[in-house]
Amino acid sequence: MEISVRVNGSHTEADVEPRLLLVHYLRETLGLTGTHWGCDTSNCGACTVLLDGVPVKSCTVLAVMAEGHDVTTVEGLAKGDALDPVQRGFMEEHGLQCGFCTPGMMLTARALLNGNADPDEKSIREAISGNLCRCTGYENIVRAVRWAVEHSAADETEEAAV
Amino acid sequence: MTTTQPPMTDAGSADDEPRSPAGNPIGFGRMLRKEDARFLRGQGHYVDDVALPGMLHGAVLRSPFAHARVVSIDTSGADAYPGVRAVITGKILETLNLAWMPTLSGDVTAVLATDKVRFQGQEVAFVVAESEYIARDALELIDVQYDPLPAIVDAKRALDPQAPVIRDDLEGRTDNHIYDWEAGDAAACDEAFAKADVVVSEDIIYPRVHPAPMETCGSVANMDKVTGKLTVWTTTQAPHAHRTVYALVAGLPEHKIQIISPDIGGGFGNKVGIYPGYVLSIVGSIITGAPVKWMEDRSENLMSTSFARDYHMHGEIAATREGKILALRVNVLADHGAFNGVAQPTKFPAGFFHIFTGSYDYPAAHCKVTAVYTNKALGGVAYACSFRITEAAYFVERMVDCLAFELQMDPAELRMKNLLRPEQFPYTTPTGWVYDSGNYPRALQEAMRIAGYEELRKEQADRRSAASRPDADPSAPLMGIGLSFFTEGVGAGPRKHMDILGLGMADGCELRVHPTGKAQLRLSVQTQGQGHETTFAQIVSHIIGIPPEDIEVLHGDTDNTPFGLGTYGSRSTPVSGAAAAVAAQRIKEKARVVAAAALECSVDDLEWEHGRWFVKGDPEKGKTMAEIAMAAHSSLELPAGVEGHLDASVVYDPPNLTYPFGAYICVVDVDPQTGVVKVRRFIAVDDCGPRINPMIVEGQIHGGLADGIGMALMEVMAFDTEGNHLGGSFMDYLLPTSMECPSWELGMTVTPSPHHPIGVKGVGESATVGSPAAVVNAILDALQIRQADMPFTPAMTWRALQGRAMRPDLAIE
Repeated sequence: MEISVRVNGSHTEADVEPRLLLVHYLRETLGLTGTHWGCDTSNCGACTVLLDGVPVKSCTVLAVMAEGHDVTTVEGLAKGDALDPVQRGFMEEHGLQCGFCTPGMMLTARALLNGNADPDEKSIREAISGNLCRCTGYENIVRAVRWAVEHSAADETEEAAV
Repeated sequence: MTTTQPPMTDAGSADDEPRSPAGNPIGFGRMLRKEDARFLRGQGHYVDDVALPGMLHGAVLRSPFAHARVVSIDTSGADAYPGVRAVITGKILETLNLAWMPTLSGDVTAVLATDKVRFQGQEVAFVVAESEYIARDALELIDVQYDPLPAIVDAKRALDPQAPVIRDDLEGRTDNHIYDWEAGDAAACDEAFAKADVVVSEDIIYPRVHPAPMETCGSVANMDKVTGKLTVWTTTQAPHAHRTVYALVAGLPEHKIQIISPDIGGGFGNKVGIYPGYVLSIVGSIITGAPVKWMEDRSENLMSTSFARDYHMHGEIAATREGKILALRVNVLADHGAFNGVAQPTKFPAGFFHIFTGSYDYPAAHCKVTAVYTNKALGGVAYACSFRITEAAYFVERMVDCLAFELQMDPAELRMKNLLRPEQFPYTTPTGWVYDSGNYPRALQEAMRIAGYEELRKEQADRRSAASRPDADPSAPLMGIGLSFFTEGVGAGPRKHMDILGLGMADGCELRVHPTGKAQLRLSVQTQGQGHETTFAQIVSHIIGIPPEDIEVLHGDTDNTPFGLGTYGSRSTPVSGAAAAVAAQRIKEKARVVAAAALECSVDDLEWEHGRWFVKGDPEKGKTMAEIAMAAHSSLELPAGVEGHLDASVVYDPPNLTYPFGAYICVVDVDPQTGVVKVRRFIAVDDCGPRINPMIVEGQIHGGLADGIGMALMEVMAFDTEGNHLGGSFMDYLLPTSMECPSWELGMTVTPSPHHPIGVKGVGESATVGSPAAVVNAILDALQIRQADMPFTPAMTWRALQGRAMRPDLAIE
């Protein structure tokens, strides 16, 4: 089937099998390997991307279901060289170790902050509860999101970091 | 949020070190990770991200039975399926002498089943196709006829006389017994138990669990027929060991094998062994002449790759009425699965389990471990276990709590009464370990201080008293407080005692300082998230004084790094970190010779400070490391026998293990009506010696504490009577989420290792080793029950409360 999907602001199109998963469309067809695959059953959240701004597990979305929609992956988080405050928060607070869950975790956090500019610890923990991390024990991920909250002033997002 | 307490230390604080131009500590201290830049942008490069021109994809057909004869395999449907390039069976591998391969424990394991399948999920056939979708379609077209056999899933039934013999492939094999192994002094134990006022016996199961890294296992193999070179990108924690094994097993020339372990999405011991899929991707590439990628799915990962634990322990502890421990002994039944594939030093078939005497002072101990085959996947040493110290620490900490229960004594008081005292170090344990250094009472006191232990006990007493009133709320949570104190032995190991498959456990390291004073450090160990690219740069920076951002750490490519045994058992910093430190020290000494030549003085006239050799009494006259590096590469005349350049190559053979330790306290609230356990607080005081990068150390501890919550509350791989795996997906094998984990409260003490060049002890697995017992002790304290087995799922907890605790590892009562 012919599909066209807007990915990180760019138009993409391909002729795909109807059964092709969105995660494979992103990784194999488009070469955007920042989205990871971890479990097949929507439990781990490593494959989380934003579909029209809403976090979805791309291992259980068919690529054809994204036809005509907007997808944001980790590659689309930074604006040029300027990292998203969430990305900077993960670095500043050591919110990642092996890095495998990190893209999905950051996109979930970005969606949370888009809807709630000042979430407390409980809201953050609830928001990321569908994203598994085996390395960090979640503590520093919560801190990373809070860091992003506290450094999300407009002037700071313009700053190039790292 | 975590409250990091000021360190209680025997060593100087690291925070007074000077800063680099980039603001990083020159040496130890909090420094943001160098590796993060790529991960944050989705630019990490994991095995599944490898894409080569013409690459094919492999998929494994697995057994639906736990135990069955393979009657026939018909691959004709798959062979004919469009896009399929090869279908490989055990019969084909037999012609290559590759149907079986050695395990890391001197056994053999099937690459593809030929005679029988011996666990559910075992590899039966391999399809190579133009896409993963086609490969998996073709699996459906392979027709395998099985003749099912009775399965052994309960280790306690494996030695029954009528039990089916699982390993009838081994000549002369008539039962499922693998080995008996003992340590300690049984007679001394008998004597101590005979004299004891109190003896407590208990059966304790450490159930089968799985490391379940977020990235599953996989490989991409590319055999270049023209050059004869095999390149394998693979999820391995030990790239050099894998290369040697491939050379030995497949007869491939070792100098023509390049193992690349790129970014690894978590390992935890899951990525130490060599799996059939890796070998099959290589065979697939040889047969098709194209690169072949194989990535297992989550079910394959959980069902077929290295599990952890499965120790069934019967323990006895002897003590005086006053609570002085006299002796501890244990009989272990170890379920090794269908093949003995445990990854551990050869002389230690039960790993380091005989460190089970723990952190206490008593003269007599004995353990006997009996290992058996069952119809389950192979493995056993994994999931951050420090070669079975996880089982050992859990055992002793449960037994001490059982003793406290019998004596009606506060478990903190009982521990304090028996902990080793600082003046006893170095301390030789009853089973022969030599603990290097420690101040145990101080760590426990620190944990109790942070917890507010007395107030917690008072709150608990008040709650219990309220609950006993007639008008008490039946839904009021039951509060429990649990302690654990652990000692680990990490950094395996002295090569005269420790090897894996004959490869001594020493690690190499190469440090090159380039003419402009920038350096590259090549390591034999392999990070899976531990932050080696940062920490190891800091080790070198600490010693030679150049900024850590000027030191590039290279690892994970056997063509470009020195030989060594890799990262597991918390061995990277204790072994490879020591190698890096020694290499840096050699560079520093050579720099002194070069500086003396440049300054036309004697080396004895020079003093070192902040990355610079200078003339004593004339600090202006000196050379920085960058100036020395340029001089070392220049035409400067050096003393006779001194070569130019500024490089060092080291192999570090550790003289002993290092022994990190810690005191943990967990507070839980249990809902008496639903059995739901909420971990209210977790206090962890760790002593891993000086902390190179405190931020990374704390991150390591956080992760291990979450493991403890997982194992204590939800993680288990159970089986039904037919050998069906009941934890084959993340819907069944539960991992802790952000909701079950509390905000960790960390503290620290610092007791350097006297024999490590920079005093560090390793910390990667400490919290996984130490935390499960604290959680379980807290839950049983809440329930006021002496013993029940984890995981304390709501159902298991509720059953325990009703006095009907059940086995966690079988779907039968």
